[in-house]
Amino acid sequence: MSRTRFLSTLLAVTMVLAAATGVGAAETFKVGVVGPRTGPVATYGLSVINAVTLAVEELNAAGGVLGRQIELIVEDNKADATETNNAFRKLISRDQVHAIIGAVVTANSIVGAQVAQMMKVPMITPTSTAEKVTQEGDYIFRSCLIDPVQGRIMANFAYNSLEVREIACLTAQSNDYSVGLEEVFTKTFEELGGKVVASESYSEGDQDFKAQLTKIRAKKPEAIYVPGYYTEAGLIARQMRQLGMDLPILGPDGFDSPKLFEIGGDAVFGSYFTNHYSVETEDEVSLRFVDSYRAKFGHDPDGFGALGYDAALILFDAIERAGDAALAKNVATARVAIRDALAGTKNINVVTGTLTLDENRNPIKSAVILKVVDGGYEFVERIDP
Amino acid sequence: MVELTQEIIQQLVNGISLGSIYALIALGYTMVYGIIKLINFAHGDIYMIGAFTGFFAITILNLPFLPALFVAMVVAALLGVIIERLAYRPLRNSTRIAALITAIGVSFLIQNIALLAWKPDPRAFPDVFPFRSYQVWGIYLDNRQLVILGVALLLMVILHYVVHYTRIGRAMRAVALDDEAARLMGIDVDRVISITFAIGSALAAAAGVLVGIYYNRIDPMMGVMPGLKAFVAAVLGGIGVIPGAMLGGLVMGVAEVMVVAILESTWKDAVAFAILIIILLVKPAGLLGRQTREKV
Repeated sequence: MSRTRFLSTLLAVTMVLAAATGVGAAETFKVGVVGPRTGPVATYGLSVINAVTLAVEELNAAGGVLGRQIELIVEDNKADATETNNAFRKLISRDQVHAIIGAVVTANSIVGAQVAQMMKVPMITPTSTAEKVTQEGDYIFRSCLIDPVQGRIMANFAYNSLEVREIACLTAQSNDYSVGLEEVFTKTFEELGGKVVASESYSEGDQDFKAQLTKIRAKKPEAIYVPGYYTEAGLIARQMRQLGMDLPILGPDGFDSPKLFEIGGDAVFGSYFTNHYSVETEDEVSLRFVDSYRAKFGHDPDGFGALGYDAALILFDAIERAGDAALAKNVATARVAIRDALAGTKNINVVTGTLTLDENRNPIKSAVILKVVDGGYEFVERIDP
Repeated sequence: MVELTQEIIQQLVNGISLGSIYALIALGYTMVYGIIKLINFAHGDIYMIGAFTGFFAITILNLPFLPALFVAMVVAALLGVIIERLAYRPLRNSTRIAALITAIGVSFLIQNIALLAWKPDPRAFPDVFPFRSYQVWGIYLDNRQLVILGVALLLMVILHYVVHYTRIGRAMRAVALDDEAARLMGIDVDRVISITFAIGSALAAAAGVLVGIYYNRIDPMMGVMPGLKAFVAAVLGGIGVIPGAMLGGLVMGVAEVMVVAILESTWKDAVAFAILIIILLVKPAGLLGRQTREKV
């Protein structure tokens, strides 16, 4: 009996507290961040979450936006689709956020975008590059370049700068990101006059790539394009060396992680990948970002961090431009106002350059090619799409 | 023509090296099954625990390769004995299916504890084993592949010897044949089964450390797929037959690689399990198993 009473009291207290938090919500802008803090691609999520946290702290210290502070709610989705769905629903229904930054990997962002679009909450994915994500609807934005741009840039770089004519591709068959990049790369490379001599695939989680690599070796390509993540890329690089294949490996932004070096060792040196930004920069916003990130976290930010920071800057800019409409008591009204302002993002200075969102809510900005060398990345060139 | 031959031989080498990993895991699987007729689904997870123990022994205790391998084997053997004592022994007289389901439960339990404790992040295994690459007539080989194959063969011979030519081996075979009769003959059945688990788990740990070094990457889910493949390898070779595990592992490895080489990489895993189904239909006792033959 007393136990039941205790439970009901507890329930009542919880409800009062929840209501109190609800009232408090009017005083801040609530922003959710969704990304993997754990899991096979945890470094991506950690970079994004760190950078967004940094952006929010800086903004709040400078007085917030429209006189209000930003309240950040971080959700770990473990790079899992079901967890992403739960995180988005929790942020939207329970926390009543104004906007969401996330998810990080493409397959998760597609799931998140479906929820955000259905519930009409503006979402900015900092790092998901597949075209499909923003095609989910008019509430979905992004701060990174899309796959066609990355694939196209790498194909151009391989053909024009490295003067490669025959290339092989090794793709993760069950991964939207990987398959999307491979398609555009192959198409562009062949339009330029090059030839894809071998196109092999693997499943995510595979550890042994020697069979595919031996098959590729027989076709004698001059380079190999591996659109995938750092864990597989590291293993592939190692096993290539073990098979005596001394070719440059070309990759996408998925290579951007310190773990690439841990897993791949010196086999990854000499690889090239497309990325969104380089720490070797002279731009004012980038320099300030790199300095404060280093000061707070003790290491250089990677491309994922830069994109996360950009997503936050884009969002703050939109809230400011939305003005009074974003201050609406009804969170649904405020969300619409923020969405409309996001759609009008134009020429804003962010870490990865000057950014404008096009009519498909994708950014127009330049990309960089980085070379993997002992101790880090070397800036090779900046390419406008 | 020369190049094609070289490519085929290289693929065979790749297949044998992959297959010897399956064989290494399958040996422990098949031994435990041979003695107590339990498919120990937690075997793949003990393999993972072995890899992590080796990893920590090297990174935290700063042990060199062989002592680290030894530590991993001892820890896994203890774990195997504990699992048997807590999870399988109380079910000794229940139905086979109850023990099987418990084994699946133990497997999930270990995986999830490892996920909690060590996070799903993959870790890079330290390079404790000097890497040497050899090139013979355009075929690339390395010392790690040879070590794995050599260790698998060596363990197969030792296991075969232990089971067939030692006192404890005779006791194991007696338990396998009829545990009630063995007990009446004065054999301590519980002790024999504990030893069986200890040896099986130590083998799994050895495999875990070697594979960790070979691929240079470990994570808490690393035991799932190799565990399943090793199970298929054990069934393929004739579960309970020790040389069968070796043969089954090699056949599986070569088959997988050949699927990639000749057909499409996409079909790799599908073929492994298709082999299992075909074997169970055509020769349920496996390649080296005979229906009437005494197992082990």
